[in-house]
Amino acid sequence: MSDSDTVGRPGAPGLAGGPRGGAAPDTAPEAPITPTPQGSDGDPAKPTKVITRPGDKIFKTLTVGSGVFVVVMIALIGIFLLIQAIPSLADNNANFLFSRDWNADPANLAFGVLDLLLVTIFSSVFALIIAMPVSLGIALFLTQYAPRRLARPFAYLVDLLAAVPSIIYGLWGAYVLAPALSPISKWLNEYLGFIPLFASGSSNLVIGQTIFTAGIVLAVMLLPIITAITREVFDRTPPMQVEGALALGATKWEVIRTTVLPFGRAGYISASMLGLGRALGETIAVLIILSSTTKHFSFSLFDGGDTIASKIARAAQEFNDPRGAGAYIAAGLVLFVLTFVVNAFARSIISGHKEYE
Amino acid sequence: MSTATDLDRPATPPAFQEINASRRFKNRLATVLVAGAFVFALAPLVWLLITVLAKGLRYVFNADWWQKSLAGLTSRQFGGGVYHAIIGTLLQGLICAVIAVPIAILVAVYLVEYGKRSRLARAVTFTVDILSGVPSIVAALFIYALWVTTLGLPRSAFAVSLALVLLMIPVVVRTTEELLKIVPDELREAAYALGVPKWKTIVKIVIPTAMSGIITGISLAVARVMGETAPVLVLVGYTAYINYDPFDGNMASLPLLMTAERLTTNAVGEARVWGAAVTLILIITVFNLLGSLISRLTSLKTK
Repeated sequence: MSDSDTVGRPGAPGLAGGPRGGAAPDTAPEAPITPTPQGSDGDPAKPTKVITRPGDKIFKTLTVGSGVFVVVMIALIGIFLLIQAIPSLADNNANFLFSRDWNADPANLAFGVLDLLLVTIFSSVFALIIAMPVSLGIALFLTQYAPRRLARPFAYLVDLLAAVPSIIYGLWGAYVLAPALSPISKWLNEYLGFIPLFASGSSNLVIGQTIFTAGIVLAVMLLPIITAITREVFDRTPPMQVEGALALGATKWEVIRTTVLPFGRAGYISASMLGLGRALGETIAVLIILSSTTKHFSFSLFDGGDTIASKIARAAQEFNDPRGAGAYIAAGLVLFVLTFVVNAFARSIISGHKEYE
Repeated sequence: MSTATDLDRPATPPAFQEINASRRFKNRLATVLVAGAFVFALAPLVWLLITVLAKGLRYVFNADWWQKSLAGLTSRQFGGGVYHAIIGTLLQGLICAVIAVPIAILVAVYLVEYGKRSRLARAVTFTVDILSGVPSIVAALFIYALWVTTLGLPRSAFAVSLALVLLMIPVVVRTTEELLKIVPDELREAAYALGVPKWKTIVKIVIPTAMSGIITGISLAVARVMGETAPVLVLVGYTAYINYDPFDGNMASLPLLMTAERLTTNAVGEARVWGAAVTLILIITVFNLLGSLISRLTSLKTK
């Protein structure tokens, strides 16, 4: 940040002033490389005198400016959403946080985010519960079990899951996966229906436009995200620990349980939280799969409904009145805060661990 | 395989006992579960790709598909193409890249070359992390609040590109940062020793060294944002006509076409949706391949 960084070399900041400072008394060799002699020092006695070129100044300002721009941007997102949401919130006839009904008619605003929030969290957590063990398995497979030569192509295949656009996941989920899942959902509903989780919900479970389907599709979308980070962390398990466990006669699974898993646990949890953040904000796949309903969410996997993101997207084409749009922006603000907290939490878990660097 | 001779028989019992059954079983079980998880993950990928190709591939083997729009066709007429949507997708992705890439590279340069561990650098790193987790619908709403409500400008393809910029910056910053970090310090030191200014060292030595990787990262990021649907839903309207002007009027894009035609519940709508899905996957694949191709061509010779 300070001036000394202007010529500071990465990796050796302590020597930064050294070479250039040493040359400072001898101005002759410096002259040709200085585009403008503005930096010619009238004080050659000071060994720490730093020559700053205009190009350096401009470039540094540009990079610092970009950095500041990014920081300001995230603040602007929050501020703009808040400013746009306040007028609608003031006109709201219902309690925004606790009402379960959504009415964004500008003439009679009465919108509450609770039901949307519940569906959002419920479907994301359901997706996470499926995705976490599977991606743990994939990460272990790729780092510990797969043959060395195949590990990379295999990892590439898993990464391909992340390259598929979410709208295609949505189409596949709604038109192909949902009908295919209907025997499973019928079975669950028939035999475990006494548990509220599997009770009949507001959506027809044969057609399958349910949170059950949406959650499974979300889980598939989370796999590459969670796996990528977990794999990286598992790869950094100190070989000494692994070899030590092997030397004590541990089986492969015991090696994993005693060295790889404890070492990588924080990274794995952090990765899962990042995945959760992604699931919370997923829009179009959920929009296509879930059937919208006017009924309240009843904590069943076979409910329809809307997440915050899908509700906004469903109404997006009719954003004409600023008051009506403001209601959705208020919901968007809730989503922003939610993902912000989840992501910040995820990062804070991993940033405490220097061994992952 | 005759009976063991005295020479083969150990004089003392082996130091290591057989692994007992339950440990062996657990080990086997873990192996099976772990390999099973991998297969379980590949199943949806294969299933999804087969579905999309089976449902949509036949529509794209048609010159009209790539050259014509859906202008003037009703929802009951086969024919036409998705040229208008392809143009929209590429144009929005391109504008986004033109804005996002310089900013992202400068941010990465700041983090690696200038910021180090300063407070601002830590704040930037944190923000980039958060930004990479911002849902695309929130980015779209922010641009809506800024562009449409506050500035009073109409919805347009350019607004979509702005929202995509927010999604693209963190991806490019991350890759560029990683790549700049692995540029050997010796290169920088050699440049400084020759009296090259720091900014020139970065522009002419550090960035070119990392360039091939950066290009790959950029093309991956472009491929990623071109598939985003939420911003186009919020920030621009669908049209069946070709529109080259990003500042004015509705502009189709492949995701938007899919969401619009999804509501056409007949064979024509299905053909358009799945055909567009195949087209989108093809474009994304081309961008990914292009990225690795360019990086292979431009990579510095290491030997």
